[in-house]
Amino acid sequence: MITQNLGKAIRNLGARGIETIWRGGAMARFFWLVLTQSGMSFRRIGLSIREIYFSGVMSLVIIMVSGLFIGMVLGLQGFETLQKYGAEETMGVLVALSLVRELGPVVTALLFASRAGSAITAEIGLMKATEQLKAMDMMAVDPIARVVAPRFWAGVVSMPLLAALFSSMGIFGGYIVGTVLVGIDSGVFWSNMQAAVDFRYDVMSGIVKSIVFGIAISVIATFEGFDAEPTAEGVSRATTRTVVTSALTVLALDLMLTGFMLRSL
Amino acid sequence: MSTLPDSLLVEIENVDFAYGKRAILKGISLTVPRGKVVAIMGGSGCGKTTLLRLIGGQLIASKGTVRVNDQDVASLDREGMYQMRRKMGMLFQFGALFTDMNVFDNIAFQLREHTDLPEDMIRDLVLMKLNAVGLRGTAKLFPSELSGGMARRVALARAAVLDPTLIMYDEPFAGLDPISLAVVGQTIRKLNDALGATSIVVTHDVVESLQIVDYLYFISDGKIVGQGTPDEIRASTEPYVKQFVHAEMDGPVPFHYPAKDYAVDLNLSTSTSLKKSVS
Amino acid sequence: MERKTMDFWVGLFILMGFAALLMLALRVSIGSDHVENTYSVEARFENIGGLKAKAPVKSAGVLIGRVTNIHFDNEKFQAVATLTLDKRYIFPKDSSASILTSGLLGEVYIGLDAGGDDKKLVAGDKIKLTQSAVVLERLIGQLMFGKAAEGADKK
Repeated sequence: MITQNLGKAIRNLGARGIETIWRGGAMARFFWLVLTQSGMSFRRIGLSIREIYFSGVMSLVIIMVSGLFIGMVLGLQGFETLQKYGAEETMGVLVALSLVRELGPVVTALLFASRAGSAITAEIGLMKATEQLKAMDMMAVDPIARVVAPRFWAGVVSMPLLAALFSSMGIFGGYIVGTVLVGIDSGVFWSNMQAAVDFRYDVMSGIVKSIVFGIAISVIATFEGFDAEPTAEGVSRATTRTVVTSALTVLALDLMLTGFMLRSL
Repeated sequence: MSTLPDSLLVEIENVDFAYGKRAILKGISLTVPRGKVVAIMGGSGCGKTTLLRLIGGQLIASKGTVRVNDQDVASLDREGMYQMRRKMGMLFQFGALFTDMNVFDNIAFQLREHTDLPEDMIRDLVLMKLNAVGLRGTAKLFPSELSGGMARRVALARAAVLDPTLIMYDEPFAGLDPISLAVVGQTIRKLNDALGATSIVVTHDVVESLQIVDYLYFISDGKIVGQGTPDEIRASTEPYVKQFVHAEMDGPVPFHYPAKDYAVDLNLSTSTSLKKSVS
Repeated sequence: MERKTMDFWVGLFILMGFAALLMLALRVSIGSDHVENTYSVEARFENIGGLKAKAPVKSAGVLIGRVTNIHFDNEKFQAVATLTLDKRYIFPKDSSASILTSGLLGEVYIGLDAGGDDKKLVAGDKIKLTQSAVVLERLIGQLMFGKAAEGADKK
């Protein structure tokens, strides 16, 4: 009985492993297909603009408001701790560095995955479930070029811009808390920040991160939609999977990129 | 059985197809002559839709050949496949209208993708097609605002927008009220004759198809079990065709799914032998 | 949605995004360190305390460069810090470097004090006069034992 259960557990693990590797491979092939079918996204830029509107512009409010709040919270928490060491004027440094290096790209990516990524998956999955993709294919229009690629590129373009807006709003939030609520001199706030934040090491690494996250989320979201089972439950499961997979991928990539970037300093 | 004219648009020879281990088509052969409306009939899940996918090249047969316009579909590369599909129109089961575009843009879709026509010419063409299905007034509506029958007619106009030589209909009558059903049926016939096209209608609606088509094929269990013109079909004594046409409850297609003996199942009998119920 | 409104919003979004990037580049950080317009000199210290790479080098309180590298000389048992200074600032050869702390617990930086030599400090030079970091524990120890006047190297 025990050996039977053990055997079953090992078999399950094996099946899961094979499934995961298979999905990884399928996603890589899908990614390649999207890249080779991207011509239309640039030739007919209107298609991509439409998708930037839906994933970028529609995420603006949540990104900017979250950025503002997180910046303010960072300011308050940072002040609380820094005050003990009489270093409250370096609050700007704390806020800016945590936002620009880490929180900006990562939190934006997580929000973007749940706001825009899930919407992309649901949309493509629904198009698949209602045979719109097959119909398009029968009309001699490649759904990857017409439907997937513009959404992919829109995500890649939107993510770094959203991350930059998030960080800016966060720093602004920290500035409000620091100068208005706590009473740090605004000149001191900015100059400390400027002295400690380096454009190439800090800001650029954040931008690179956000571009990588944008690519990852866009591939995952479009793949999950394209690969969804063509039923209502299938689409809803794919949507959930997009959010979960994106979040895990973003965090894992963040760890790798951070390690890589700190090493190359 | 009547003889079909020689000029054939679609020829299917000895085609096998299986999804994994589940065999769907087992050695099917059929032909569709130019200019005719041909119905492919059969119960749900008998492989009718698969047949359309094979003709459109979205699926490739595991054995046998599918030829459209004297071209072997399986031998075409991507480019060739898309060239072939431009001459085909297909109406999907529930219309498959693009939900993010209004009716006008849905119909203009292929014109915009495949041609460089100026926008005012596209407008004229689209309105002409919409007028042909009687829905010019819905141009600005979105698919979600249409009734089932209207959506089907819009999809019909969309399938015909490039004046295809072959139009395929996947269950055009499913889920329609009798009036919409008659309208869609008549439109299929009129469209075919007006465009000089060839149509394949996959359906299980016998009554409607007998009125509009030139020839019918019956498929059951992956094989052709009967064929003929509407008159021949009405007079047919073939058991399957007879059961289908006259909607008899029992026949070659049994009412009961194979099961244990009823009495045994209800614990009324002491007999434990497993028998297939034959009602 | 009308195509024109969509174009407008996307345009606005991209503008805002680039404005945010610009702000991060100019307001939050002061550009990158200009790689071509610097020169490096070396300074040796008995003890660098909490000095780290990328720490600022200041003269008269103004940022003039950064510490780009710190390593340990295994022959002389000293710390060697490479200071990368802005080319615009020229110092006499006998300038002195000291490790300082801004405030009691603030950041550690190197202060450069100009000397009186006519010769200029050029790339690859070694700064001879250095003053090591003040290590707080030692300072406190000395105070406790009333030996503040004695040399810092005694244990």
